Amino acid sequence: MADVTYREALRRALDEELERDERVYLMGEEIGRFEGSYKVTAGLWQKYGPKRVRETPIAEEGFVGAGIGSAMLGLRPVVEIMTVNFILVAMDMVVNHAAKIHQMFGGKVRVPLVIRTPGGAGAQLTAQHSQSLEVWFAHTPGLKVVAPSNPRDAYGMLKAAIRDDDPVLFHENLVLYNLTGEIPDGDEDFTVPLGRAAVVREGSDLTIVAHSFTVRRALTVADRLSQSGVEVEVVDLRSLRPLDIETVAESVRRTNRLLIAEEGWSTYGVGAEIAARISRACFDDLDAPVERVGQAEVSMPYAKPLELAALTQEEKIEAAARSLLRESGVL
Amino acid sequence: MARAEERTTALEIDPADARRLYRVMALIRRFEERTEEQYTRARIGGYCHLAIGEEAAHAGAIDPLREDDYLFASYRDHGTALAVGSPTAAVMAELFGKSTGVAGGYGGSMHLLDVERHFLGGWGIVGGQLPIAVGAALALDYTEADAAVLCQFGEAATNIGAFHEALNLAAIWNLPIVFQCINNLYGMGTSVTQASGEPEQWKRAAAYGMHGERVDGNDVLAVREASGRLLDQARAERRPALLETMTYRIRGHSVADAGKVYRERDEIEQWRSRDPITSFAQRIVEAGLVDESELEEMRQEVEVEVAEAIKEAAAAPAPDPAQLYAHVYGDEARGEQFARMDAGAPFGEREETRSWRT
Ligand SMILES: Cc1ncc(C[n+]2csc(CCOP(=O)(O)OP(=O)(O)O)c2C)c(N)n1
Repeated sequence: MADVTYREALRRALDEELERDERVYLMGEEIGRFEGSYKVTAGLWQKYGPKRVRETPIAEEGFVGAGIGSAMLGLRPVVEIMTVNFILVAMDMVVNHAAKIHQMFGGKVRVPLVIRTPGGAGAQLTAQHSQSLEVWFAHTPGLKVVAPSNPRDAYGMLKAAIRDDDPVLFHENLVLYNLTGEIPDGDEDFTVPLGRAAVVREGSDLTIVAHSFTVRRALTVADRLSQSGVEVEVVDLRSLRPLDIETVAESVRRTNRLLIAEEGWSTYGVGAEIAARISRACFDDLDAPVERVGQAEVSMPYAKPLELAALTQEEKIEAAARSLLRESGVL
Repeated sequence: MARAEERTTALEIDPADARRLYRVMALIRRFEERTEEQYTRARIGGYCHLAIGEEAAHAGAIDPLREDDYLFASYRDHGTALAVGSPTAAVMAELFGKSTGVAGGYGGSMHLLDVERHFLGGWGIVGGQLPIAVGAALALDYTEADAAVLCQFGEAATNIGAFHEALNLAAIWNLPIVFQCINNLYGMGTSVTQASGEPEQWKRAAAYGMHGERVDGNDVLAVREASGRLLDQARAERRPALLETMTYRIRGHSVADAGKVYRERDEIEQWRSRDPITSFAQRIVEAGLVDESELEEMRQEVEVEVAEAIKEAAAAPAPDPAQLYAHVYGDEARGEQFARMDAGAPFGEREETRSWRT
């Protein structure tokens, strides 16, 4: 085991997969000499050269498409989109093309493509640079969407995604890059399977479901509530598509209460999806209505107090949890 | 930048070439005529775009492709599939939505493909196949293959961003790809002069420091010569090129469009008189490469071939609805992963929703 940052965990996964498989190559803006806008690819261009670490012009539609075409011929591209906001100009390639190919062509062509991209907010980057759009992709059959919350999962799931034969949208979060944690050392075949949630904190009174950075927020809230004598179970979804709903359902059967938190807007979001599924699966187990919390339904504003008011802050999650617990007589 | 439109091609071909090219064009023509008829009999659904009038642009460009090369097309792809040699019956079966179709009935008219012959698809979003074809060329270059990509699209696709990004990437990365713009003068009902600031599409190559040229797309030999030469350059020198082939779609945009309200009758008649198949027939007969009876024999052959294809397609089984989910994902682990995502419930709650996995 080694203690590394989330950023280093990703870098190590890329390094090991580049080393292991000639067909793996990286592509994106500023990922070579510049080492990546968030330094995830630091040193890889020097180590593997411009063929394996391909610097692109600012042409997201073009190079996501090129990634798809090369994957159809058997390469295993890992495309970096600087931040998720810029993938919108490549949506046609992701949704109309990558997601459709395998089925539309009768199962005859595979697309082993990974698109890595960070979302998230909180550094006053404002409306056009502060979005969490992972649900847009999770809505689409043909894509896999994962969103690890810690270095170990980031490391293992990126390796699993690169080895997967389907297009995978690998959602990162700007705030997570400096988070440290342990990853396995010296096991190059370590992977974390896509499509499995994890209970990251056990508790008996309330389940909070989250993914990506919001898992960290949920853990903080759980610690705070523990001081009020309430034990929160935190389920880290890790993967949005496929969605591991039975791990959530098992947890709710133990705690009888469910709150879903996410960085993105709640409307039509992850919380909506889970609430719908759990209200059916756990109808008899629920002691309170399912509750959800997400970003205020506004574009992200610039001024710090406005930004804080819009974010899915710990305070908002805690308030929602407390009201849910009060409603069912626990607090 | 050569403008080769006026150049006449000397008949430097042998009788076998002449026969092969004539046969392919005759096959496409007959296939499309019968397809139109089958469509009106409701045996074919969806959008259906015919290549009548554009046979030379398909047959000529695809003829020089080698086994290791790759081919991409738009939704106007029946001619592409037949020219690359896909079995006529499997192409027709795909139009009929049958399990014996080239895409098992999951794709239809717009999404033909033939992995074995390296034809990677008819694509339905205007311009969308261009970046993907660039990626195929990237893969060929990556693996140092002595091969190139031919990517077909209509002239209206040059106005969408994907065209620009794709050509620029091909140019800066020196990729082995020939972009074939099949200019039939209209994108649906919008004329090329209405839609393009520079209607001579071959000139756009200059913006990327790329070679561009225009040829008579109804002259199968001119198209074949240019395509062959540019593909050779792409393979050997890693130089991409833009080849504009001037042609005309005699029918409407799709079977549902009569193609008359936005075009003058005179214009249609003028192009009809420049039919790529009859003009080629005349040339090869005059040159003594084939005689009229051989042409008649080939017309009989394709008549039978298409009739058989229709018969086979009609008799073939439809895809099984139990296989609805079969190809959403390609990875082996998909069943285990996605069973848990089935609508409405966690794994195991509703038994019937799990059945498709097996
Ligand atoms: C992005 C996009 N916009 C609109 C359409 C609808 N559409 C289908 S074909 C077509 C015209 C394209 O003309 P052209 O590229 O010249 O090819 P042609 O049909 O003439 O072969 C349009 C507008 C589409 N498929 N994709």
